[in-house]
Amino acid sequence: MTRSLWGVGALALAAGLSAQAMAQDPVKVGFIYVGPIGDYGWSYQHDQGRLALEEHFGDAVETVYVENVAEGADAERVIRQLAAGGADIIFTTSFGFMNATVNVAQQFPDVKFEHATGYIRADNLSTYAARFYEGRMVAGHIAGRMTKTNVLGYIASFPIPEVIQGINAFMLEAQKVNPDVQLKIIWANTWYDPGKEADAARALIDQGADIISQHTDSPAPLQVAEERGVHGFGQASDMVQFAPNAQLTALVDNWDQYYIDRVQAVIDGTWQSQDTWGGMAAGMVELAPFNAEAIPADVLAEAEALAARIRAGEVHPFAGPIYNQAGELVVGEGEVLTDEQILTMDWYVQGIDDRLPN
Amino acid sequence: MIRLERRPAPSRFWSYMTPVLAVALTVVAGALLFWALGYPAGAALYQFFVTPVETGYMRAELLVKATPLVLIGVGLAIGFRAGVWNIGAEGQLLMGALGGGAVALAFWNEDVPGLIVLMMLAGAASGAAYAAIPALLKTRFNVNEILSSLMLTYVAGLIISIMIYGPLRDPQGYGFPQSRIFHPAATLSPILEGTRLHFGAVIALVAAGLAWLAMARSLFGFQVKVVGQAPQAARYAGFSQPRMVWIGMLLGGALAGLAGVIEVAGPVRQLNDSISPGYGFTAIIVAFLGRLHPVGVAIAGVVIAMSYIGGENAQIMVGMPLAVTGVFQGMLLFFLLGSDLLIRYRIRLRKPGVAARPAAEPVPAVAEPRVESA
Repeated sequence: MTRSLWGVGALALAAGLSAQAMAQDPVKVGFIYVGPIGDYGWSYQHDQGRLALEEHFGDAVETVYVENVAEGADAERVIRQLAAGGADIIFTTSFGFMNATVNVAQQFPDVKFEHATGYIRADNLSTYAARFYEGRMVAGHIAGRMTKTNVLGYIASFPIPEVIQGINAFMLEAQKVNPDVQLKIIWANTWYDPGKEADAARALIDQGADIISQHTDSPAPLQVAEERGVHGFGQASDMVQFAPNAQLTALVDNWDQYYIDRVQAVIDGTWQSQDTWGGMAAGMVELAPFNAEAIPADVLAEAEALAARIRAGEVHPFAGPIYNQAGELVVGEGEVLTDEQILTMDWYVQGIDDRLPN
Repeated sequence: MIRLERRPAPSRFWSYMTPVLAVALTVVAGALLFWALGYPAGAALYQFFVTPVETGYMRAELLVKATPLVLIGVGLAIGFRAGVWNIGAEGQLLMGALGGGAVALAFWNEDVPGLIVLMMLAGAASGAAYAAIPALLKTRFNVNEILSSLMLTYVAGLIISIMIYGPLRDPQGYGFPQSRIFHPAATLSPILEGTRLHFGAVIALVAAGLAWLAMARSLFGFQVKVVGQAPQAARYAGFSQPRMVWIGMLLGGALAGLAGVIEVAGPVRQLNDSISPGYGFTAIIVAFLGRLHPVGVAIAGVVIAMSYIGGENAQIMVGMPLAVTGVFQGMLLFFLLGSDLLIRYRIRLRKPGVAARPAAEPVPAVAEPRVESA
């Protein structure tokens, strides 16, 4: 069945045939991306997941994607078109698609929906996200151990919990291994803007930062780090090709297995609405190969051991005692922050010299 | 040898025929492009030109998408006619959305009758107030309004950010930058069952109609045209240019603000940081594509909306990448604007070597001197 014949599938659906009744047909999987697939960051990694589906299932799936969809009124139309076009399962891969996904899911109860990083679920609407902060802890360890200036830079996007979790996890671990470490944060107010991100990286390096962490999606900060002879961490995908010397490792979002599992569930007829929040153990958050040229052997061994312990569940990035900026104890010795506390995080840990932009 | 020759008067025939010609050229060039890239040309063109008008839902979507473009485009067209270059409609739209949205959020859990009307007024007033800044700078200090209005757009984006990360943030929203969902009394409900078509489309149509009346039938319209085309003459006639700057900016700002509040009360239903995918900038294209005529703007708004929706459909149904659909949209604009040349000029074909007519200049090979001197 070619893509241009999807309309026929839509008619069949409208006629009341369930997806299972047409089991011999490939499962149709729709994706909607907020950025271009060439961003080498967030949308790129989701598209890698789509390609993994095609490779895993071969002719048993058929995928289609729409890239660079604005998170406003347009999203609802695009998602609806995917559903009306006969998609059996649709992944909407940005937080800003939440309301649009919820609306379309109501109109198409037979289609399965999967919304990334959101919090509204329904019988045919699952949510999924990754514990990116686990990777940040390892990055914080490497940064704290390696910095010579004791100044770390952080390019942040927007002050939402996911970003704040990353900053806190990074700083907690960096402080643990290097009590003198300072963190400089620049809020770029964008997810993807190579020019702005590069400017932020330059400003941080000018302020003495010799290791840059970023929560924005383009390789631009790493390219600046490469130019200026400092180090950094890739974001969302392995960006080593853009900064072979500067990248220490990258915090890679890996959606491949999740997408394969969910599509398999549709094929088996076992798909159910659920909330998934996987971390390094689930393989959703991965570390790109460590840069052994730049990272000293002892630090590299520590980082590998730390990553292994996180995967094994022996270490939690938000294990107490944790104090907030005001010096108040948030979680005590022997306890860890609950998922609820992590999901709504809107405060900095002690030692961060910055005010959350509110 | 091809040369351009200026017509004694703009051709009426071609002013109606160029859009048809442009679409025909786009179809041919587009088919070639798709074929060269290995996509089924027929299926792709079908997605661009037929699918957006095929079903009731898609026709409604076309109008939903065109509504803000037409509203803003109509306001801008009047300003542009008067030589007032308001490039900051995007910012005025955002301020309108914020002003109207703030009214909605003040009564987020109350069923206030007539709230939607209040929101519209607040939105239009906010947009106009924001446009008053470049107007003031222009009339007082002669600051170029192109620059000031454009730069204020980025300021407006930041103001929206401050509000949705701060006072207007949904307390139950897990810290995400968005407001509460508006109360139903603060939304424009669909006027067509099963679609998202809302009353805003009617407002856009009425705005275009009123603008046409004002431009064609009133002294105001005459003043706008004279100030825009012949500022000297306007001064002699006693038409005030600063007054025209004020009117052009405020009108453009009010309509952009109205478009903003209609967008948040209609399809978006909350304040967030992705209210507009650049409607305020696209509307500049719409205004010029519609030849700065209100009716033309209304048509151009639908054409541009169609090219966007067609592009989405081509991605979904033919698997065409965004970049290719973007090139196709660009082709359509290129041919639409390029073929306008035929209204003022005619193309003469002449065999090389044949002498020019005695009356013509001795250098017929190059058309430019004639064109420029005209």
